[in-house]
Amino acid sequence: MDFPILSSIILLPTIGAFFLFFAKESKNKSTQTVKYVSLFVTITNFFISIYIWYLFDKTSADFQFLEEKEWLEGFINYKVGIDGISILFIILTTFITPICILSVINSINSRLKDFIIAILIMESLMIGVFCSLDLIIFYLFFEGCLIPMFLIIGIWGGERRVYSAFKFFLYTLLGSVLMLIAIIVIYLTAETTDLIKLYELGIDVRFQNLLWLAFFSSFAVKTPMWPVHTWLPDAHVEAPTAGSVLLAAILLKMAGYGFIRFSLGLFPIASEFFTPLVYFLSLIAIIYTSLVALMQDDIKKLIAYSSVAHMGYVTLGIFTINQQGLEGSIIQMISHGLVSAALFLSVGVLYDRFHSRLIKTYGGLVLVMPKYSVLLMIFALSAIGLPGTTGFVGEFLILIGAFRDSFLVATIATLGVILCAAYMLWLYKRVIFGALINNNLFKANDLNKSEMIFLTIIAIPTLFFGFYPEPLLSTIEVSVKGLIETYNYNLINVVENNG
Amino acid sequence: MDKLNIIYPEIFISLSIMFLLLLGVFKNNSSNLVISLSVVALIGTLILIFGYPINTNLEIFNGSYKIDYMSSYMKILTILSGIFVLLTSLKFLKIFKILNIEYPILILCSILGMMVMISSNDLIVFYIGLELQSLALYVLAAFNRDEIKSSEAGLKYFVLSALSSGLLLYGCSLIYGFSGTTNFDEISYLMNNDQYGLTFGIVFIIVGLAFKISAVPFHMWAPDVYEGSPTSVTLFFAVAPKVAALTVIIRFLYVPFINVIDQWQLIIIFLSIASMIFGSIAAIGQKNLKRLIAYSSIGHMGYALAGLCVGTNLGIQSSIIYISIYLVMNFGFFSCLFMLKRNDKYFENIEDLSGLAKNHPLISLSLMIILFSLAGIPPLAGFFAKLYIFKAVLHQSMYYLAIIGLLTTVIAAYYYLRIIKIMYFDLEKEKYDKDYNLGLKFTLTVSTILILFYFVYPSKLINIISQINII
Repeated sequence: MDFPILSSIILLPTIGAFFLFFAKESKNKSTQTVKYVSLFVTITNFFISIYIWYLFDKTSADFQFLEEKEWLEGFINYKVGIDGISILFIILTTFITPICILSVINSINSRLKDFIIAILIMESLMIGVFCSLDLIIFYLFFEGCLIPMFLIIGIWGGERRVYSAFKFFLYTLLGSVLMLIAIIVIYLTAETTDLIKLYELGIDVRFQNLLWLAFFSSFAVKTPMWPVHTWLPDAHVEAPTAGSVLLAAILLKMAGYGFIRFSLGLFPIASEFFTPLVYFLSLIAIIYTSLVALMQDDIKKLIAYSSVAHMGYVTLGIFTINQQGLEGSIIQMISHGLVSAALFLSVGVLYDRFHSRLIKTYGGLVLVMPKYSVLLMIFALSAIGLPGTTGFVGEFLILIGAFRDSFLVATIATLGVILCAAYMLWLYKRVIFGALINNNLFKANDLNKSEMIFLTIIAIPTLFFGFYPEPLLSTIEVSVKGLIETYNYNLINVVENNG
Repeated sequence: MDKLNIIYPEIFISLSIMFLLLLGVFKNNSSNLVISLSVVALIGTLILIFGYPINTNLEIFNGSYKIDYMSSYMKILTILSGIFVLLTSLKFLKIFKILNIEYPILILCSILGMMVMISSNDLIVFYIGLELQSLALYVLAAFNRDEIKSSEAGLKYFVLSALSSGLLLYGCSLIYGFSGTTNFDEISYLMNNDQYGLTFGIVFIIVGLAFKISAVPFHMWAPDVYEGSPTSVTLFFAVAPKVAALTVIIRFLYVPFINVIDQWQLIIIFLSIASMIFGSIAAIGQKNLKRLIAYSSIGHMGYALAGLCVGTNLGIQSSIIYISIYLVMNFGFFSCLFMLKRNDKYFENIEDLSGLAKNHPLISLSLMIILFSLAGIPPLAGFFAKLYIFKAVLHQSMYYLAIIGLLTTVIAAYYYLRIIKIMYFDLEKEKYDKDYNLGLKFTLTVSTILILFYFVYPSKLINIISQINII
């Protein structure tokens, strides 16, 4: 492959943002320009990523579409490439971004252009995270996301936006600086930060535990795992709808992806050692945050806590380190990406109409917004993991994986499914059914055209892959197998080398 | 004296100073002309430095004056800062009615002093250079003499700096007394661990130099002087003397005293950690942007010193990379400060930035990029500066230093974010004037672009600096 196709999908949104930057800001026309340019760029990017998926060789566990270029001479090379795991996340990113932009154009009035530029730059950085095969390049993209997200929360957020933006930024920065130290230490011991070479070389067993912890501190904050999850509800509640969508659908996945790619790939011995810790934290996240979610009276906060619980399943599945568990985690991340995006968009729909996120202000919406109620039901059921939705595939595989590893852990995790059903259905009941308790609600319009479009577009893959997950599974199967083989190989090899 | 040609830059700048002084005295209302000519003189000096093969390693005056790669590079940095200070401050000086011929001439004098400092390979030469630049700086700090704060800044700087010079001179005399020579190379032959007198000398000299780069605990003058001096002089304070003093520290510690590194390493580590922590915490409560940047520069000097304490060429190079990027960020920051002007009045409180993004989107965008870079967030230039420092530090397995350094970046990120918050999230105020002069626009654009796009070709700077080998 001569044409640098990965670099081009990384760069394309930035180029779009660059053009928008120079677009004149006048009243009505500019909205049109901004709309068309940004949608054109992001949809093109989506089709390119689908095309990459089509070209992608599913039978090989190697990294494909490799690009390497000398960057910091003698230190770091710019290296990107994808395997079956990354491609799905890239498609998720390119799929969610145009939807975000659609929703933004509808609901944001002030400084629309700046908002869209921030989203486009975010897209570039997020795709970069999923493509990069060099630790420093990964770190660059990973941290770079902080800047636009900080601005999105801070400029367009709700009342306590400043507090939330600072909390988000400082929490995640604090987590990541330790990872930076770990990356430099890896460079100094192994003389390279190239991921593929590091997979082959393995990391010195003496350092593994500390390095693993350093990486963990960064990913755990970003995932977010209990007890460092507290920034997430704040950030979600105050962020504008599109910000919440990006945060839940993609930013959180960067950490899950990081666990798979780096924690498992680089530090097998430490991963083995710390598995009980991750199990413990994941189980607490699943049970505890589900209980917390039950008691929320703010819809967005409820969904935010449910995100923490769902990510708990993801981390649980990743550290089962077997085929089903890992595949389940990846599917669960994709599913959660779609579902949480849709749920936040649905809340956005309500918020645009009634300017309230409190559950108690709603009731009986099914009478005035039937289309909305149907779509929300699909997403709520998918969040619960009802068979026939992507949520089910993911959770089911994770639980199988967990049962193979530990009966107790799997049993406790299964309890979480019940709790999830409890808070989701209760939320649905309170918002959609019952009497119309509020005069405002009578005047409500059902979904308008563009809202209908973006919610349906998300509903389609949610249901399709729920009934037929084969395309997803076949894409990741070989890569996951390869990952587990490398993992076991390094585990045994390093142990042998070090007695 | 056939090698006199290697100090043509210094000779040229001295002659220019004398010529400009005469011109200014004999021609009325010539301050504009003198400023333009001093920019020309600085550019001429730059050309002269480039004119000679940079890779030379020449000595002159019995080895007391040294021209090598590092000295040329650092001189270029100093002269560039001089040029940018003159370019950005024209309007500012006019409004404050301090557009006198003395201003550019004093800046040239102090640059000459710095050049001498940078090239010095002898305690006496080094001291002469130091005093030349300091004397010029005392006057510059008090340049806005009608303003009480400016006079206070000048006096404060003078008293404290004189004290530090005294300590430094005492250190020099101790070293001379115990080694019998003032030449760096000769001292290095005589050094061994048993001579405690020399160790005392080192400590005194380090204290004196720490004053000049405002490292904690010798930083007390910095916030007041930064705040009181006219902003254009503050910019000069924030960049040029630091470059010169850092070069002297490098040369002083790594040429004569490299063999006794365990004697001075701990001192530098302490200075570095203290500066990083103090710089990041003390800046949080500041309301004045100039004070804030003073504390921030204390913190940044801490990082630069962290690179110096590791005792390797890698560490020296990382410090030099750091100071180069720091320079660019400061130019950008101060250009933004110069743009906060309404009805001939300059604003320098953080609150004055409130809602800047609505009225002046481009300025606030640049300032935001600069602030994120100062905080060290990738992919901006400031991140790479820190990356190199920490790489050098971790190379010597000094994990605690790296961890403290990175934790302080998180604390420091808070106050940079606070400025961004005020610019972007708060309600807007009245608009500021938009009559920027060309030099100001140019400086801001160039520094923003350098910071933003540094990651595209990061190896350029590294390749230049990696040729500096002191040890």
